[in-house]
Amino acid sequence: MIHTKDLSKTYNGTTVLNIEELTIPKGQSFGLVGNNGAGKTTYFSLLLDLIKPTTGNITSNDVVVDQSEDWKPFTSSFIDESFLIGYLTPEEYFYFIGELRGQNKADVDSLTSKFEDFFNGEIIGKKKYLRDLSKGNQKKAGIVAALIGNPEVIILDEPFANLDPTTQIRLKQIIKDLAEKQGVTVLVSSHDLMHVTDVCERIVVLEKGNVVKDLETNPATLKELEAHFANGAVVSQEEE
Amino acid sequence: MAINILMVFFALYFIVMFLGLGFGLLLILKKTFPDQDPFVIANGYVFFWIIGDLMMRFFLQKLPVMSVKPLLTLPIKRSTVVNYVLGKSVASFFNLLPLFAIIPFSIMLIMDGYATSMIVTWLFAMIILVLISNFLNFIIEAFSSEKELSFLPIITVVGVLFGLNYFGILPMTSLIGDALLGIANNPILILIPLAILAACYAYNFKILKSKLFLDSSLKSKVEEVNAADLSWTERFGDVAPFMKLDLKLIWRNKRTKSMAFLLLIGVLYGLFFYPQPMYREMTFMSAFIGIFSTGFFLINFGQFIPAWDSGYYKLLMSQNIKYEQYLRSKFILMVISVVLLFVLGIPYVYFGYKILIAHFAAAIYNIGVNTHVILWGGSFNRKKIELDKKAAFNYQGTGAVQWLIGIPLMLVPMAMFGLVNWLVGFAAAVALLIVLGLVGIVFHKKLMKAITHKYLDSKYKMINAFSQDN
Repeated sequence: MIHTKDLSKTYNGTTVLNIEELTIPKGQSFGLVGNNGAGKTTYFSLLLDLIKPTTGNITSNDVVVDQSEDWKPFTSSFIDESFLIGYLTPEEYFYFIGELRGQNKADVDSLTSKFEDFFNGEIIGKKKYLRDLSKGNQKKAGIVAALIGNPEVIILDEPFANLDPTTQIRLKQIIKDLAEKQGVTVLVSSHDLMHVTDVCERIVVLEKGNVVKDLETNPATLKELEAHFANGAVVSQEEE
Repeated sequence: MAINILMVFFALYFIVMFLGLGFGLLLILKKTFPDQDPFVIANGYVFFWIIGDLMMRFFLQKLPVMSVKPLLTLPIKRSTVVNYVLGKSVASFFNLLPLFAIIPFSIMLIMDGYATSMIVTWLFAMIILVLISNFLNFIIEAFSSEKELSFLPIITVVGVLFGLNYFGILPMTSLIGDALLGIANNPILILIPLAILAACYAYNFKILKSKLFLDSSLKSKVEEVNAADLSWTERFGDVAPFMKLDLKLIWRNKRTKSMAFLLLIGVLYGLFFYPQPMYREMTFMSAFIGIFSTGFFLINFGQFIPAWDSGYYKLLMSQNIKYEQYLRSKFILMVISVVLLFVLGIPYVYFGYKILIAHFAAAIYNIGVNTHVILWGGSFNRKKIELDKKAAFNYQGTGAVQWLIGIPLMLVPMAMFGLVNWLVGFAAAVALLIVLGLVGIVFHKKLMKAITHKYLDSKYKMINAFSQDN
């Protein structure tokens, strides 16, 4: 589904991302972990053609993303608040995204009604603009908007941050369902190792722009990841 | 940088104006009222100055409360914070500016032979008066913020004072004038305005202290949603979602809302010129006014495309949209505004039919040429706009593009019109603008394609620029 080849991104001589090869099959729930500055958001931005690759490219469903726009109809994403339109209410925002993705109001309503639990009564019918919602509620609206229009690829950057515990658990279920039951390819990044190992079938660890681990999730994965990042902590302490 | 330079320029401009007033006032008064005491006359006008000052302050000056938010969690007494905020407001430009007029005027009076002690007392009384306006304004604002129609209190206060004076019920002009003269002659009376100032300060202190909590006044206000029926946009087909978005953008954000009122200024713009016969004779002026007045919204809205959407530009760029639709929505809005402004400007025919014809030609030129020029210019925009920032004196998003784009937009059509009008005649000049406009309309599709291409070319640069904080 998504094939990355010789991809690199360099800013003023500093390489922030360098992936020789990475293939994500259809219907996989894929987790990206790494410390700050590891290149997670850079990779997602490249996937969405928001920045230009220095070398190489990403092919999504046989479409080269920085050459054609044909990946847009089947890809959706929520990276940060700049994906929200502050002066719309959540409903208006959903309808707007729906219209862009060829869904009418009824389609959007039937989709959002499935997420009543997830919204916890704080999103729909509140007559509030998105800019006036709390960070957590903004995130909920953004994540659900990314599910509108039956996308085949969904990209979520740090979806668990700012959410309350109940919502985090519900979100995990939603992401699992998407990959297992609907065959959607879900790409998630997170700082929370427990959440990623719960949700993702496969976890890739980035460090300074390079892939340093590529793991099939199994009961031992969490331990392995914790060991890996704990080592990093020891090393940096020694450096100090 | 550009913003600061502009602000400094404005400040200097006002300072020079006030200095000119301060030094020139005595001469002007002597010339206009040769047989009266200029000092007495000047004091008679102080009332109007106070009224104007209050209005200006109300719309432009705000108490810098938000800046103390970080202080609240520090171990500083609440009353110290309040005193700091109120004290800080004294250093405002609005309080410094009058000094540039009052001090030179006092010097001129002394040089003219008025008693130094009297003028110095007067000078202090005036400074106290400025400070009273300063604190009175914050009291009015405190009341306004609780009202639905926020400018009702200021209108009421100013209206009542003005009315009392106008209908002679309470002659405010002579009252304030006499009071100032009285103080000037009996320095001890300066204690009265000083007491008023102290009262105003104390009242402000009281209001502010009760409000200075993170959960009440310092919390940014949550607005009620105002939803209008926009289903009429559906007739524009695939552009409709973007038009709805643009209309909400304009109506729901402070910065853009003030622009909707520019439509009104656009309509009335001609009234600055046409009532004067001098301008009516210069036919090329009507082309300029026509371009400006029918294109007022076009210029003000268009110059910040696509920066209006900078807050969610990444979303638009990763969504399933056609860039051309996005731009066409803005185009349609601008065309509608031009047509509307032209129709509303039809009454200018009163000043001569030629004006109407020139405006018509200008409107066609705006639709055919200027819309495309400004969209094309937008592809050079690299400055983000934060929509929720205040509107007045806000130059965020202004860059060199905004200045340069004015040349093809206004000067070129004006020069062409003027030249042909001078060489051939009025009819030919009008025809030229109309033909150019029609050419633009005929090639609309082609032009849009080229413009869209230009935007796509600068896609990465724009995304990068819009995600930077200024």
